[in-house]
Amino acid sequence: MRPTRALALIAAAIALAACEKKQAPQPPAAAAAPAVGPAAGAPIVIGHVGSLTGDDATFGLSTEKGISLAIEDANARGGVKGHLLKLVSYDDKGKSEEAAVVTTRLAVDDKASIILGEVASSRSLAMASKADDFGVPMITPASTNPAVTRDGQKVRPYVFRVCFLDTFQGLVMAKFARETLKLSRVAILRDVGSAYSVGLADEFLARFRALGGTVVDDQSFKAGDQDFKAQLTAIRGKKPDGVFVPGYYTQVALIVRQARELGLRQPFMGGDGWDSEKLFEIGGRALDGNYYSNHYTPEDPKPAVQTFVRRFKEKYGSVPDTMAALGFDAANVAVDAMARAGDLSGSALRDAIAATKDYPGVTGGISIDAGHDAVKAAVVLKIEGGAPRLAATFAPEAAVAVPPSPASPAK
Amino acid sequence: MTEFLQHLVNGLSLGTIYALIALGYTMVYGVLKLINFAHGDVYMAGAFAGYYVAGALGAGERPTLPKALAVTLGAMVICGALGFVIERAAYRPLRERPRLTALITAIGVSFLLEYGFQLEPVRGLPVRFPPGPSPTYFPPLLSLGEPIELLGVSIPWIDVIGFGVAVALMVALQLVVFRTRFGTAMRAVSFDARTAGLMGIPVDRVIAWTFVLGSALAAAAAIISASRLPRIDPLFGLMPGLKAFVAAVLGGIGSVPGAMVGGLVLGLTEEYVAGYTASSWRDAIAFAVLILVLLLRPQGLLGRAHVEKV
Repeated sequence: MRPTRALALIAAAIALAACEKKQAPQPPAAAAAPAVGPAAGAPIVIGHVGSLTGDDATFGLSTEKGISLAIEDANARGGVKGHLLKLVSYDDKGKSEEAAVVTTRLAVDDKASIILGEVASSRSLAMASKADDFGVPMITPASTNPAVTRDGQKVRPYVFRVCFLDTFQGLVMAKFARETLKLSRVAILRDVGSAYSVGLADEFLARFRALGGTVVDDQSFKAGDQDFKAQLTAIRGKKPDGVFVPGYYTQVALIVRQARELGLRQPFMGGDGWDSEKLFEIGGRALDGNYYSNHYTPEDPKPAVQTFVRRFKEKYGSVPDTMAALGFDAANVAVDAMARAGDLSGSALRDAIAATKDYPGVTGGISIDAGHDAVKAAVVLKIEGGAPRLAATFAPEAAVAVPPSPASPAK
Repeated sequence: MTEFLQHLVNGLSLGTIYALIALGYTMVYGVLKLINFAHGDVYMAGAFAGYYVAGALGAGERPTLPKALAVTLGAMVICGALGFVIERAAYRPLRERPRLTALITAIGVSFLLEYGFQLEPVRGLPVRFPPGPSPTYFPPLLSLGEPIELLGVSIPWIDVIGFGVAVALMVALQLVVFRTRFGTAMRAVSFDARTAGLMGIPVDRVIAWTFVLGSALAAAAAIISASRLPRIDPLFGLMPGLKAFVAAVLGGIGSVPGAMVGGLVLGLTEEYVAGYTASSWRDAIAFAVLILVLLLRPQGLLGRAHVEKV
């Protein structure tokens, strides 16, 4: 208890200090952000906020690994503008309020030039207003909820993302379910406490209906729930052809296991929140025959992807999941923007990130649009034999399914 | 109809866990008039004890019945010892103080276990202990076949086994309480500890063994629960602990059959509420049922004003 309390006190003190700064006559952005960046010889600090512990710990750990690899590369090239880069990573324990606190800490104490994170939308939403307040650019590697880069109708000036949106992901899964799997009756099971889950479920529901499908049931759960049998029994009673579960891997694995125990053999479908090696560890064989949309697949034969996968394996001994790949891309976009920016002030970096065009990322070409989002392709993976295999690729915008090329090892 | 019966099966298996944890609350309340708020965390510790024993025996890789029994008994023994230590170190020194002091100490012990288990693993230990805040996955202890199919209702084997084990444990407890010298001593302490002491009953020892028994039952509940839902973490005893407390009060705190009935009623209520309305209503309605029962029957479903308490 004591360290937690001490931390809370420090956080309160920092928050208080931040508030005082806000009352100063100059705008808060100018007050907190260093005008020209670090002194000669001092490293540039890149902040990372992630869930290094907790229910979705692999999200934060994988992202951190991807970011570290990118920063190592940049330092091997001699750093940026004569400064080496230094990663400062904080654990938010999977809690939104904690994410906001450590974002403040990165901006105020560590004088981070750019903050990377979070990957979960609810936590990125908690960070976004802080990034704007302190005038520190924030790039979220994987938060797909549209609201993350928006403040009402307005685009948040300092918040960017290098991934596609749930509007696209929902469309992709709806199209895949309706046109490829030919499902007509689908049930939804969503986490009502997660911005990501609710947003993606709504998108899927609207798109699936527009494509002529019926949504026969819409059940809910809360993060931390263990027992999903009540909802699954209700869903079973509606006899759907498939079930859409936009959740994070821990819950999804438990849900699918319990569904199979109840004799639900229909395909389960979900989004990028499924992607973690833990999914297979917890869910085991129950996961076979299910589908999820994702940002990339390590099986992609493109040289950029294969080089990244090989280097990641050499360093960490595991295949990089989607969070690792997006963390790598987000850090590279940040480094690229730093190199292009006139100086290392928050506003110059912001403009440089906003001007990112066709950056060749592992997860596809990254161009930041007017809404501070990236427009990218999506893949749909099928789980077979305890591993994800490419089932379809969807080009951006049009969302037309492209069957996997014969070169890829998909079966 | 199939759906209704399936909910019945799900609710019974959930209620079984609550009932087993509720026994620990009820027994301790019976002898000490203390709500042992650390009991949910003893349940959590039981799951981790099972996890470590299973790791030591290699029960996860090659599950066999003797190993499963060894894991369950091992966890029960470890948890019983933990219950003994908690009583000896935290509650006994405060025995003569006001009851509120003991209650606050119970909350302190609860936090100690919850946050102690979230610390970084100690270097040099053969196992990862404390386990840290990220979830851990409990290995399957038995390789069970496909669920039983009956009238379209699927009944997983683990639920059948869990229910059987729970009923057996509760019958055994009832026998201990009413058919043994120790049980008689327990009931005497529950009735009037001071007088029982004057009659030569070793009050402290009876209380210590009550904690050991209650904690061992919590460990059994934890093993059954973790076999059904393999995700365990240092905070996962919080909610089941609270629910089991509600179950104990619902059934009539101090009564062993009451804990069983209370647990099952609570499990079934939750299941039917979540199945037929929305899962967000689950806890709200379960607690509303508690309030309703307490308004109509303040002593709980099976509690009586003047019976011998356990």
